[in-house]
Amino acid sequence: MFPTPRTSVLSLAVLTATGLAQSASAQTEIQWWHAMGGELGTKLEEIVAGYNASQSDYVVVPTYKGTYPETMTAAIAAFRAGEQPAVVQVFEVGTGTMMAAEGAVYPVYQLMADMQADFDPAAFLPSVVGYYTDTDGNMLSMPFNSSTPIMYYNKDVFEAAGLDRETPPATWEELESFSRQIVESGAAPCGLTTAWISWIQTENLSAWHNQPIGTLENGFGGLGTELSLNGPLQVKHWDNLARWQDEGLFQYGGPTGGDDAPPKFYAQECAIYMNSSAGRAGVVANATDFEVGYGMLPYYEGTDGAPQNSIIGGATLWVMAGRDEAEYPGVADFFSYLSSAEVQADWHQFTGYLPITQAAYDLTREQGFYDENPGTEISIQQITLNEPTPNSKGLRFGSYVQIRSLIDEEFEAVLAGDKDAQTALDDLVARGNTLLREFEAAN
Amino acid sequence: MKRTIFGNQVLPWLLLAPQLVVTLVFFLWPAAQAIWQSFLREDAFGLNTSFVWFLNYRALLNDGDYMAALGTTAIFSVSVAALSMGLALGLAVSVDRLVKRAPLYTTLLVWPYAVAPVIAGILWWFIFNPTIGILPYLLDRVGYDWNHRLQSGDAMMLVVIAAAWKQVSYNFLFFVAGLQSIPASLREAAAIDGAGPVKRFATITFPLLAPTTFFLMVVNVTYTMFDTFGIIDATTGGGPNQATTILIYKIYADGFLALNLGSSAAQSVILMAIVIVLTMIQFRYIEKKVAY
Repeated sequence: MFPTPRTSVLSLAVLTATGLAQSASAQTEIQWWHAMGGELGTKLEEIVAGYNASQSDYVVVPTYKGTYPETMTAAIAAFRAGEQPAVVQVFEVGTGTMMAAEGAVYPVYQLMADMQADFDPAAFLPSVVGYYTDTDGNMLSMPFNSSTPIMYYNKDVFEAAGLDRETPPATWEELESFSRQIVESGAAPCGLTTAWISWIQTENLSAWHNQPIGTLENGFGGLGTELSLNGPLQVKHWDNLARWQDEGLFQYGGPTGGDDAPPKFYAQECAIYMNSSAGRAGVVANATDFEVGYGMLPYYEGTDGAPQNSIIGGATLWVMAGRDEAEYPGVADFFSYLSSAEVQADWHQFTGYLPITQAAYDLTREQGFYDENPGTEISIQQITLNEPTPNSKGLRFGSYVQIRSLIDEEFEAVLAGDKDAQTALDDLVARGNTLLREFEAAN
Repeated sequence: MKRTIFGNQVLPWLLLAPQLVVTLVFFLWPAAQAIWQSFLREDAFGLNTSFVWFLNYRALLNDGDYMAALGTTAIFSVSVAALSMGLALGLAVSVDRLVKRAPLYTTLLVWPYAVAPVIAGILWWFIFNPTIGILPYLLDRVGYDWNHRLQSGDAMMLVVIAAAWKQVSYNFLFFVAGLQSIPASLREAAAIDGAGPVKRFATITFPLLAPTTFFLMVVNVTYTMFDTFGIIDATTGGGPNQATTILIYKIYADGFLALNLGSSAAQSVILMAIVIVLTMIQFRYIEKKVAY
């Protein structure tokens, strides 16, 4: 919470270590704090090494800072102590907080213009960058790892239940009847499980049906926004999930990312599973005993404008203000490298994250990746299904990390039978709005 | 005995200096910062700061979630203290009656204390996991549908068990030491007078253990208020619907996840006040009154 001595000691250690390694040259160092552990982290370091080898003026130094919230908190603490990195990776729900911090961040469109870098905003996929633009369409941060939720299903269980193994449910009505058939036939004990109640079953549900979750264009229009996700669609969906749970058709995977959901799908307990498109690698690695099918998110029949387009999650790179002037041309140069078609296509194919430019998408298709790897293109088709509307461009609220946990809490209250969906969502709006007013007052 | 007088006024301060510096830098300075911060309303980056007097405190008193967390903390603390002390006392009395191998049992029973809270939390998370855990599976066979993801009672039971398990060892050691300091002659005299084991425990052993018991009560309550963060974070994450969000967890969630520094600081100050009061009760009241 306070600028601790640890942060400065740590960055000092990083500086010293890298300084020793580069002591002979006069390269400018660019610190990049990120939250990519494991294989993703290794891939990230590979990309950085590629950049460092491609030119001799700058050295990008990536540092793993833990989870998304930890990385963001560390960067903020470092900023307060005047030790901020030049670049920090921030998850999508932190966007509202970063945007409001005028003076602490250096908007990407401005950086690229100031540095006269090679940068064409039109080259980016609008449904990816739209989430991170201001109301005038200027890009504020550089998308790095963006994904969108898709549906995975167990083809073998579908067949055992007497369903067509090649046809995933297109609507929620179908999903319900399929699930009932699966459970009643004994093909699997449960129909549906899902990761991310907040991101998938609330935010994406709303965007997919072209419904708002907040006023002022889901918060894009300013800090005076209020939540409005207690509409009839969201109420109906939450009520359905609770009813399906009671009937044994749906199993809850837990709060935030829903850690219990993937094992339910891998163990063939639940036949349908919704999670990020970036979860595909995990699904492929774990679904060894059955064949996996892929589908778009379902929608409710007869809803005007559904399906619209899904929205993204993941993280972007924010440039922090207050570093040495010499570093910013390097940051701009690095961002140009990052958004090049080759780097993007490689990252997209390896991780399952979305390509951020049309060129990377085209390149991947030319390379035949989508034909060889079924299910990998669904995410892109889904976010580009229609031109994003103010309801499906994304969302931007302050204190949204906290609001996301409120979503989980209220949803749990519905599943436990303590509240009906209407009451829970009304309470959610009231509690969320209190946080939004507090955030507005503090900024 | 002749009292030694040191002529040098500087030397004592020099000798104390390392400890004083550590206390100042790591305890008093952050505490002062927290108090100052609790009067401010500030964005995460510290770009806009305004002094708001007691606004953060007033907001907390009107916040249903905070009041609920206070209640949860009280239930949690009392349950953990009662369960861990009860078990520890039972174990200590059993070991105390052993003639052989008492040191072996003592060593084994102390092991859980060496386990880090997060590890303890993850151990219990596995055991109680609704999907892959062994206990929900066994409970299901006797007809109990365990689901701490949704049932607040189950969740509370889980964190109480995990936190108490961790603390049993510590309490056990103190009870064993306490039992050993009770002269055997007292119990023998009672036995000769015809008192059975239960009566001897109730009228002699337990009253003589009272100072230890009161000491442990304060230590346990302090433990549940601060050191259980790792257990809560690893098992329930404060859920479902904040049913296991205790004060320390709320400070973390509001300060580190939500970046609401003012409110988080105000909560730290309140928690600090609660613990200071508890410690004072221990020193002023219990240390003096419970003596034989």
